Amino acid sequence: MHDFTVHHPQSLQETLILLDRFGDAAQLIAGGTALMNFMKQSLLLPEHIINLQRVQGLQHIQSTKDEVRIGAMVKHREIEKSNLIQNEVPILASTYRRVATIRIRNMATIGGGLAHADPAQDPPSTLVALNARIRIASISGERTISIMDLFQNYYENSLMPGEMITEVIIPSMHSDTKSTYLKFLPRTADDYATVSVSLIATLNENIVRDVRIGLGAVAPTPIRATIAEETLKGHAISDELIQQASNSVAQQVDPLDDFRGSADYKRDMAIVFTKRALQQVLQGPS
Amino acid sequence: MAKLHVETTINGESTEILVDPQQSLLETLRDGLMLTGAKEGCNDGNCGACTVIMDGRTVNSCLVLGAEAQDADITTIEGLATPRGLHPLQQAFLENAALQCGICTPGFLISSKSLLDSNPNPSEEEVRFWLAGNLCRCTGYDKIVRAVLDAAKEMKAGN
Repeated sequence: MHDFTVHHPQSLQETLILLDRFGDAAQLIAGGTALMNFMKQSLLLPEHIINLQRVQGLQHIQSTKDEVRIGAMVKHREIEKSNLIQNEVPILASTYRRVATIRIRNMATIGGGLAHADPAQDPPSTLVALNARIRIASISGERTISIMDLFQNYYENSLMPGEMITEVIIPSMHSDTKSTYLKFLPRTADDYATVSVSLIATLNENIVRDVRIGLGAVAPTPIRATIAEETLKGHAISDELIQQASNSVAQQVDPLDDFRGSADYKRDMAIVFTKRALQQVLQGPS
Repeated sequence: MAKLHVETTINGESTEILVDPQQSLLETLRDGLMLTGAKEGCNDGNCGACTVIMDGRTVNSCLVLGAEAQDADITTIEGLATPRGLHPLQQAFLENAALQCGICTPGFLISSKSLLDSNPNPSEEEVRFWLAGNLCRCTGYDKIVRAVLDAAKEMKAGN
């Protein structure tokens, strides 16, 4: 790797001052699992590395009546194992459990993963389906955005120079809400998804009261399958309705050809896995 | 660029080392401290040959900066055996012939140790889940899984 200076701030304020001072010449390092590889490949050549491991106040998992708040430096493995998350947002625990290997989950953080903005990772599609909000800080203040506004393109986020993610806020799920995360993984257990589907739904008898569908690895950003959602909402569940909703995702995905499959194949698999998720959640045992 | 002075604990011993800012923990261990048990396989976090335990969690040492080892508590493969003999996992790997070329073995042993530290009585499925992502290109995984299960039994009997 190239040469750089490492900084070890202890507080958020100290971190934001460093970020403000060095601007584009600095990169934050959280878990390091993405940044280290980008630097080894000379895709990023920061002069300054700001290590977040010792920064206080970014490690919490808390819940209130309305939401769950997760500090940006909480590790994937901690989310997977958290009783609070397992009880209140089970799809989030099961999604994080599917990321890479235990070693990577021991290192990678929720904030670092989102800033990396890789649409093929597991958490983005689930956080999109959960309507998560992202809290962002800079030396001049704070703002909170919808997760949909964070992702811009492959590996591109909407953070301005001097800004960093401090917290992820997830609206509480109703107790009668059902959910599933399906990851199509034809190669090895630790691979990226070929296609992933995050589904959250609330039923009223046989009627779909609310449904949110996040899709991963099929576009430059994680996406919501909005046409399928509108097709389902307010309607009685039937095989035909599920097929019609699943077919509609083909219009919304824009996958790449790669060694996990051709774009056409992934488009077909997006339909298949959306259908499986809908069958499991809408027609499975309650 | 000036080297950084890092104080850390490795296999129970306080250690002071000078590292280049861009040196990975793996390079620091291997080139700086001559602890060459952790291996460089892929050098991008996939293969698990460089696995060490850092503050109670397994990590890919190729994805950690040496500078991040400040104040950490690190266990490498060199810390498993004692003067009294091999760790039960090492013994079980030998008895089950759970290795051929040996490059992946330190990573498997460290990952397995961390499993048994947190779950002394794992099922076969739990062993396979935990070791998924430690890659072996010689033997296949059955003998490795059997060795871990044997070691767990042995350690339980020994207690």
